[in-house]
Amino acid sequence: MDKVYTLGIDIGSTSSKCAIISDGVNIESTHIIYKGAGTDGMDIVVKEALEDLNMEPSDIKAIISTGYGRKSFEAADKTMSELSCHAKGASFIFGPIKTIIDIGGQDAKVIRLDDNGQMQNFVMNDKCAAGTGRFLEVMSNVLHVSLDDFGKYDEEAEDKAPISSTCAVFAESEVISQLARGQDVRSIIKGIHQSVATRVAGQAKRIGVTPKVAMTGGVSRNMGIVRALERELDVDIAVSDNSQLAGAFGAAIFAYEYYLKSMKGD
Amino acid sequence: MSNVEAKPVRAKDLLGAIVANHYQSAWDAKNAGEKVGWCASNFPQEIFETMDIKVVYPENQAAAIAAKGGGERMCNTAENNGYSNDICAYARISLAYMDVKDAPELNMPQPDFVLCCNNICNCMIKWYENIAKELDIPMILIDVPYNNDYEAEEDRIAYLKGQFDYAIKQLEEITGKKWDEKRFEEVMEISQRTGRAWLEATGMSKYEPSPFNGFDVFNHMAVAVCARGKKESAEAFELLIEEFKQNIAEGKSTFRGEEKFRILFEGIACWPHLRHTFTELKEAGVNVVGTVYADAFGYIYGNTNELMQAYCSTPNAISFERAVDMRLKAIRETNCDGALIHINRSCKQWSGIMYEMEREIREKTGIPTAIFDGDQADPRNFSEAQYDTRVQGLVEVMTANKEAK
Ligand code: SF4
Repeated sequence: MDKVYTLGIDIGSTSSKCAIISDGVNIESTHIIYKGAGTDGMDIVVKEALEDLNMEPSDIKAIISTGYGRKSFEAADKTMSELSCHAKGASFIFGPIKTIIDIGGQDAKVIRLDDNGQMQNFVMNDKCAAGTGRFLEVMSNVLHVSLDDFGKYDEEAEDKAPISSTCAVFAESEVISQLARGQDVRSIIKGIHQSVATRVAGQAKRIGVTPKVAMTGGVSRNMGIVRALERELDVDIAVSDNSQLAGAFGAAIFAYEYYLKSMKGD
Repeated sequence: MSNVEAKPVRAKDLLGAIVANHYQSAWDAKNAGEKVGWCASNFPQEIFETMDIKVVYPENQAAAIAAKGGGERMCNTAENNGYSNDICAYARISLAYMDVKDAPELNMPQPDFVLCCNNICNCMIKWYENIAKELDIPMILIDVPYNNDYEAEEDRIAYLKGQFDYAIKQLEEITGKKWDEKRFEEVMEISQRTGRAWLEATGMSKYEPSPFNGFDVFNHMAVAVCARGKKESAEAFELLIEEFKQNIAEGKSTFRGEEKFRILFEGIACWPHLRHTFTELKEAGVNVVGTVYADAFGYIYGNTNELMQAYCSTPNAISFERAVDMRLKAIRETNCDGALIHINRSCKQWSGIMYEMEREIREKTGIPTAIFDGDQADPRNFSEAQYDTRVQGLVEVMTANKEAK
């Protein structure tokens, strides 16, 4: 029997992620571009993913879009929230997990799953950049350190500068005055990670943190944050090179389920 | 004469007319030289209804202004006058209205006195004090302290009763109108009838499907706030009950489309974004069957002491334990599949307890919950995308729960 290809696209606020899978389980092609909702990023990643496989859009049996820009992807058969997609995708990447922490460009969410990997409940940040990727971006600009290096700087830090403001605007001036006082950039970065971790951990504790815990979303590439969260919550947190693609994987798997249902005529 | 049949009168039209008449009669009184007041939504309306004194409700006006798109303009006016954007948007809109005295969305007469009752919040006291000071008019305050016990005890009732009597005396002096005990009995009776009809009508959401769209309650509530002591209100709500009964018999509802999910909506409506907040739910087949509003304006009492009890028991004046029980009762009686919780930037009183309330609801009922940020009247504190994601997430959990059953 021919393979059934389905596509998931996760259009975030700062990046677009695409995954094509076959038969609901095999990863065939993935692409990430740092262009989010409102740009041509979504079209580019889909085009590249298809080109990898020498495929035409018509070869794809079902498409589900997710993420902040999910409603703008017209070719999608259906949209789903990034909550469900991250839950599904993370279970695919990590196996049975109970708690997911996902920090994206402009929101942070904690998702609780039941034994079957089904999302049971979730909490998200309130309307504030604190504890999100956006907060880290602002800090990266102030410090002139690329976000990609944040994890390394954190690891090298000898101590941790206290950053008490959770507000991005206040924290920015706090960081500037720390710099003016000659504080080491590495310990400032470690302090920033602590501030984000404290905020997100508070959110996580509201719905309860049950192992196994995994982290998804773009910020999971920053090991400084992962370590700070592990300390704050006193649990091990699983991450993977594919963490950022969890939403797209989840969408592609849901697309496969959607395809099966439509074949049954449901 | 044509033989076109007269359309049957619908409760909705009656309720609309009652609100229109409420404002008109305040204008008429003002134009006739009578003293007219501005009044807090949960002030014991039995007092001025008995004395035939006309009042209008700034909270109701602010909601109407916000729903018709004037919230941001009025909030800006208040902020330009020096009020912090952290204070309640109803207060800001009202303070702006006191200043500019015109709002095309809904005008009402300026006050000759203000009636404040803090059984919903203490922000209200400062808001009304400022109006009284700026306009140099008297303020009558009925102070209902937050009740950390389950029921209001005798001492609280006595405290309230003393203030009730004093308010009457003050109003007699301000307006020259007299208190009439017999009329008071009548007003209590009518208010009871309205209260019972309101509770019965809103309680009919327990039927599946509910005979009405839950967002209707937000609109009908205006009558429960502004005209509880009027016979017409009791009659209109009784007609509403009949209409709902008929809907139940015929399997109909004012909620268009299939009622796939039933939820509790916690908090005040987002008036500036009412359409969006509603449409997103409706498209997913979600009907609101539980609200705290239903109970908030259903004052039931048999005598003056119980009346005092009732005014000590408004949702924002009761202990947290009782507030939780109120929600659990609504969820269980109406068989909710989930709860959507509005963290309202304006209303600290109602929102501050919500994180813990959310946990209690989730743990005690097992239903999924979603929280969104918004504001009852300041449109700047709401994000459509944020709301949509949370609603969609909630719907997805409710769907999975149904499929697993
Ligand atoms: S909305 Fe809240 S803060 Fe504003 S008047 Fe009502 S109870 Fe008070």
